[in-house]
Amino acid sequence: MKLKVNGKEAYFTSSGRKINKDQPTIIFVHGSGLTHVTWVLQTRYFAFHGYNTIAVDLPGHGDSEGPPLESIEEMADWIAELLNVLEIKKSSYVGHSQGCLVGLEFAHRHSDRLELLALINGSLSMKMNPELLQLAKDKNHKAVDLMMDWVHGPLGQVGGHPVPGLSHIGMGNQLVSSNNNGTLGTDFNACDQYENGEKAASGINHPTLCIMGKYDRMTPKKVGIELANKIQNSQQVVIEDSGHMSILETASDTKNLLKKFFKENS
Amino acid sequence: MSDPKTYKFNTKTLHSGHQPDKNYGSRAVPIYQSTSYLFQDTDHAAALFNLEEGGHIYSRISNPTVAVLEERVAALEGGSAALATASGMSAMMLSLLTICSAGDHIVASSQLYGGSFNLLRLTLPRFGIETTFVKPRDIEGFKKAIKPNTKCIFGELIGNPGIEIMNLPEVSKIAKDEGIPVIIDGTFNTPYLCNLFDLGADIIVHSLTKWMAGHGTSMGGCIVEKGDFNWKQGSKFPTMTEPYEGYHGLSFAEEFGPAAFTMRARAEGMRDFGPSMSPMNAFNILTGIETLSLRMDKHISNTAIMLDYLSNNENVTWVNHPSLPNHPDHEVAKKLMPQGQGSMIAFGIKGGREAGQAFINAMKLTSHLANVGDAKSLVIHPASTTHSQMDKKSLELAGLTDDMIRFSVGLEDMDDIINDFNNGFRASQKPRLVASR
Repeated sequence: MKLKVNGKEAYFTSSGRKINKDQPTIIFVHGSGLTHVTWVLQTRYFAFHGYNTIAVDLPGHGDSEGPPLESIEEMADWIAELLNVLEIKKSSYVGHSQGCLVGLEFAHRHSDRLELLALINGSLSMKMNPELLQLAKDKNHKAVDLMMDWVHGPLGQVGGHPVPGLSHIGMGNQLVSSNNNGTLGTDFNACDQYENGEKAASGINHPTLCIMGKYDRMTPKKVGIELANKIQNSQQVVIEDSGHMSILETASDTKNLLKKFFKENS
Repeated sequence: MSDPKTYKFNTKTLHSGHQPDKNYGSRAVPIYQSTSYLFQDTDHAAALFNLEEGGHIYSRISNPTVAVLEERVAALEGGSAALATASGMSAMMLSLLTICSAGDHIVASSQLYGGSFNLLRLTLPRFGIETTFVKPRDIEGFKKAIKPNTKCIFGELIGNPGIEIMNLPEVSKIAKDEGIPVIIDGTFNTPYLCNLFDLGADIIVHSLTKWMAGHGTSMGGCIVEKGDFNWKQGSKFPTMTEPYEGYHGLSFAEEFGPAAFTMRARAEGMRDFGPSMSPMNAFNILTGIETLSLRMDKHISNTAIMLDYLSNNENVTWVNHPSLPNHPDHEVAKKLMPQGQGSMIAFGIKGGREAGQAFINAMKLTSHLANVGDAKSLVIHPASTTHSQMDKKSLELAGLTDDMIRFSVGLEDMDDIINDFNNGFRASQKPRLVASR
């Protein structure tokens, strides 16, 4: 679905369903260099079980017009503005990786718009390896290849995608490459520069679910636990077998955890 | 900064797609000889049917053993997704029907396997899908043949049986300018000899029956999707972009992005046409793929031996292989496939059709059959067999002559094959020697 946010074309998918104002809404926000497609194994369930699902392409990603936003704060405000355009007063928020930083900041700046919060493979901050950051800024494809290596756990490296025939690394590579016109570098830089995570997390009172992957090398389990411990009303779960891409590597486990969390807190 | 540590080609041939079995620790890929799979409850069943989560429902649509093969081929090609089918022909058919409907048009190379040619020339027109054939060296011809309703360009990198090389990067430029995908049959090259996606293909189809499986035991095909084709341009590809009633208004391009083509081919094509691969065949093909690199290297070195032998044989009127400097596509072939240009040789035998038949009938070790890419050396006379259903004009268009022998070089000791060929050549010339007395 396309609409204008801040005067620029913005895209999100609602899994082919119309937005129903009588239903609760969940907004899904992807990680660095990625798109709404990463959420397909969670969003379709919620879209067909009583929720409006809004899986966005942040500006400069997927089908949303660029340029990419340069700070986590701008991304959080963009989400709020998207909700304004859709005339949705409150929404739950599910973020992955960089989307978790955006979620923290959205909760901090737009607390009154938030219902429930779920942070998957997140942390309080994401300082980037300087060499990786430079490669991404230089639009060097090696940055994508390194990212594909680091985001997948040992099982994701081999394969065994939950959807028959799909390749974790092949899909990820195409998703990031399709945005590799500088978007990845801008995203990594926004993550690197973000410093308000601790303050934002400390102020969150909304029920929050933090999901971590045991083999996550991008945001290791221990930084996920630090994040969860900063949020007062949070629960934390570590998924065995998962790397940084819990939403795909262990898609059903992630979906089931979200399902339980939303059921218990709605 | 160190390089990524994602697995390399040979490791992928052995491991990709297979997470060792948690129940019994089986190191080999288990053969899931099951038609269907237990649902956890009615919600789980509904979620699987509505593509809300991944998993297996019924082996016509997907099967755990076949899925390992699909991921392995996707990994070897560097694609986002793959779909295995019962045969190479069903992979080709499914790839075309995923984007073509009645009233649509295809531009295809004229140098194709006879079955592929007939599908395009005779069968698809019955369903309202027309094809214009272009000689693979006629790059400008591809451009001229494209119409507003053209949905793709189809070809073989290494043509069968004429062994013409399609200049894929050039053809791909034309397709990209026109906003249509290039679908390439990569059977003869395999992912070991070249990466078709790097050369400009958008979709690859394989007959896995041939070099990929490599042992002549199991039929199978595969579609592999690169994942970066923009289906959303205009309204040219409605099967990819418009809401599909068959799945509650699902738009495949919107929901599955880089795997949209594969998901549509599976969700609609496997559901409705049902050309599924058996799990036993998937297992056999997986076993074959484990030695793909080793076999391809040997196929290539044996091909060089046989080319030297045939090129210096007085009973051979011509030899056709892209590695030979006199092949019209020699330079292109070397550029596109630097590791080797395949193990198919075509040659002409002195004495024409009768000599060719005598040669083939005299073979004791080399097998006379309708297959290629086996570990065993194979020969056939295409004009009377694989391409026999083509009329004279089509045979000419495909560059087929009466004296042509198609030779798929195997992995035997080539001295033994040369002895066999020597006997064959003696037999082939015997009637003419008698007649000349």
